Amino acid sequence: MIVFELAAASIRMSAPLLYASLGELLGEKAGVVNISLEGAMLVSAFAGTVATLACGNLWLGLAASVAAGMLFLAAFAALTVALACDQILVGTAMNLVAFGLTGLLYRERFGASGAALTLPIFPPVRVPLLADLPFVGPLLFEHNLLVYGAFLLVPAVHLALHATWPGLALRAAGEKPETLEAAGYSVRRVRAAALLAQGALAGVAGAYLALAHAGTFVEGLTAGRGFIALAIVVSGRWTAIGVLGVSGTSVAAQFHLQASDLGVPYQFVRMVPYILTLVVLAQVSRARSAAPAALGR
Amino acid sequence: MESTAPASPPDGAPALSMRGVSKRFGELAALADVGLEVKSGEIHALLGENGAGKTTLMNVLYGLVKPDAGRIEIDGRPVALDGPRAARAAGIGMVHQHLALVEPFTVAENLVLDRGPARGGLYRRAVEEAWARELAAGFGLALEPDRRVAELSLGERQRVEIVKALTSGARILVLDEPTTVLTPPEVRDLFVALRELAARGRAVVFISHKLSEVLDICGRITVLRQGVVQGTVAAAATDEQDLARRMVGHSLGGLSRGPRFPVGQARLLEVVELGVDSAAPRPAMNFHVSEGEIVGIAGVEGNGQLEICETLSGMRPARSGTVRLGGRDLTRASPLERARAGLGVIPEDRTQSGVVLEMSVADNLALRAHRRPAFRRGPFRLQSVFDANARELVAKFEVRPPDPDRAIGTLSGGNQQKLLLARELSERPTALVAANPTRGLDVAATEALQNRLLQARAAGMAILLVSTDLDEVLALSDRILVAFRGQLAEVPAEQLDRETVGLMMGGVGFPAAAREEAIRL
Repeated sequence: MIVFELAAASIRMSAPLLYASLGELLGEKAGVVNISLEGAMLVSAFAGTVATLACGNLWLGLAASVAAGMLFLAAFAALTVALACDQILVGTAMNLVAFGLTGLLYRERFGASGAALTLPIFPPVRVPLLADLPFVGPLLFEHNLLVYGAFLLVPAVHLALHATWPGLALRAAGEKPETLEAAGYSVRRVRAAALLAQGALAGVAGAYLALAHAGTFVEGLTAGRGFIALAIVVSGRWTAIGVLGVSGTSVAAQFHLQASDLGVPYQFVRMVPYILTLVVLAQVSRARSAAPAALGR
Repeated sequence: MESTAPASPPDGAPALSMRGVSKRFGELAALADVGLEVKSGEIHALLGENGAGKTTLMNVLYGLVKPDAGRIEIDGRPVALDGPRAARAAGIGMVHQHLALVEPFTVAENLVLDRGPARGGLYRRAVEEAWARELAAGFGLALEPDRRVAELSLGERQRVEIVKALTSGARILVLDEPTTVLTPPEVRDLFVALRELAARGRAVVFISHKLSEVLDICGRITVLRQGVVQGTVAAAATDEQDLARRMVGHSLGGLSRGPRFPVGQARLLEVVELGVDSAAPRPAMNFHVSEGEIVGIAGVEGNGQLEICETLSGMRPARSGTVRLGGRDLTRASPLERARAGLGVIPEDRTQSGVVLEMSVADNLALRAHRRPAFRRGPFRLQSVFDANARELVAKFEVRPPDPDRAIGTLSGGNQQKLLLARELSERPTALVAANPTRGLDVAATEALQNRLLQARAAGMAILLVSTDLDEVLALSDRILVAFRGQLAEVPAEQLDRETVGLMMGGVGFPAAAREEAIRL
């Protein structure tokens, strides 16, 4: 049954990547690259941890994470959209701030002794009837609520982008901002709104890691998942469906590599996502035709 | 749905009246006491050279530029136009020179983006596409709302822009140089559409610098020169000479083509089975330019001309085939080696790869020659030689102002282009590749440059003229090739006329596969 458990674990571990990469997708479709997605998730995870410990309520913890993510992205939007600073530079700086800030506050509050925190986590919720299906039931329908939310978000984002007017405006902001501006709408506002939505989703992704996956907070909890989400958006060719496919397979691949005893030190296996990220980013320039035309400008 | 039929104006009042419009940009009087009056049902030309103030006047009308003085009335009522929104609300629709459609979007998505959200904010594909189709039909225009703009020809895109401009019920339609990107058959279609719109009571302002076209389509013509109106005349009561005189301010000498140089057998520039480096696979090309010959490559912009020029100049590696200059294989040569071997290049993007804007006229003129022993002593440059070289070329090519020390970026585009040509020709190349050498230049500068090219031809140079201006290609070329979707085809020698070349620019005479497949460059 090891295969079965790996599959269920893959589904669970896809969830935070889905939240993060769908959020990044919204931003990139509007023309903004946010490489501080990692930082946003880290800050959110920390905020969720503190709030959960303080209030003893997971949902309040989640709300705190979402608020922190939106605040983080509001700062990013203020710099990149309102002040038109370079997106990559701002993203780099904000990542450094996020790493430093969470590390500092963590030690400040919980001490540097290394005694692990223990947090409650979102419990699995069995979907009535469906969970009783043989094989498929436990695989797909015995997860925590955030997992269901992640998979429902995929069609939701797709429809929001293609079947609503705000989605049209958002994509126009990423493809040809001057046309949107000429039609009498503010590109800045559209981009800021997209980034705030991204902040909320990065918040859920961060909360997931602390409150649904690890059940604790450590420095660098996000472990590069924000960067992987960036790569997922690229190799998913900037579509929600593509993002779903790529995040599923990349998580499965990682588990598979960890599980199969290749005689390779596990540290190298854990490098795989990062190497993958580099490879994919190198492909970005080649994939340029699928990218929003005004991305990064 | 709101009515798109124009409201009838009060009796007698023109649809649009602009009076006493003045605008200064620093020292320059861009517009001085300009008046323009356009009636409903009229196609009215605004004729003038680049820099005459046409675009400024239209930007005033569209609320993009605030005039220092002047009064604008629409249907006899004064309006304050403080932005594009106000202009649209007042009934003005603008089709800009550079089409502003979102290419990955469908036609319907573009129109809906501009119109604004439907109730509930949803975009329902079937509903919106039906709306778009009906809307266009209401103007007498055919659209395919479900197609992506990227797949449309430039003529089709322009039709979308026109519908877009009219969506909000515009009564006054302004088109800024609408024919520059069209093939002649597409121009004819555009004119049919414009006549139809005028017949339905709209006022059309047609901005152009092309005399024949203005006489063809417009009822009345207002001529602008250096920000001053040079009169408004009925098309029936004028001719090209009269319009040219008003537009330029003096009569033109015309092109002196001179005796045809006896084309030598020597194929100075020869391209054999050349494969250019591009995203889509392209059939290999073959052509040559002989001694004393101008070979024109006509075509609508973006049909592979840029790739050809860059491959010839050495900026883009060739995938396959051979480029020979005077019999010597230069396929793998660097731009510098090509220049030394006798290839001159007037690049398309003058300010990017033609001149260095921040550097002086003298330094720009020595960019090719500065390595020669005469220009230096050891590693040090000889300023006196730089200056003498510049003074000579500036005088010979009548550059204004004749100051070698000025940064070249402070000169007008026409003078920059003269300097670029002066530099390339002073190297006495055996062959010259000239990409859109007169784009954006005024009539006098254009004529001067074209005459220089003809002189060089008379002296035996082989010239490849790549130009999107069909008139220029027809006027200068001995033979003509047409570029269409990355392929080249030669126009038969006995059919070097507007009609034939125009049809080929639209794909006639090319393999059917090339016509059907929308290759994006």
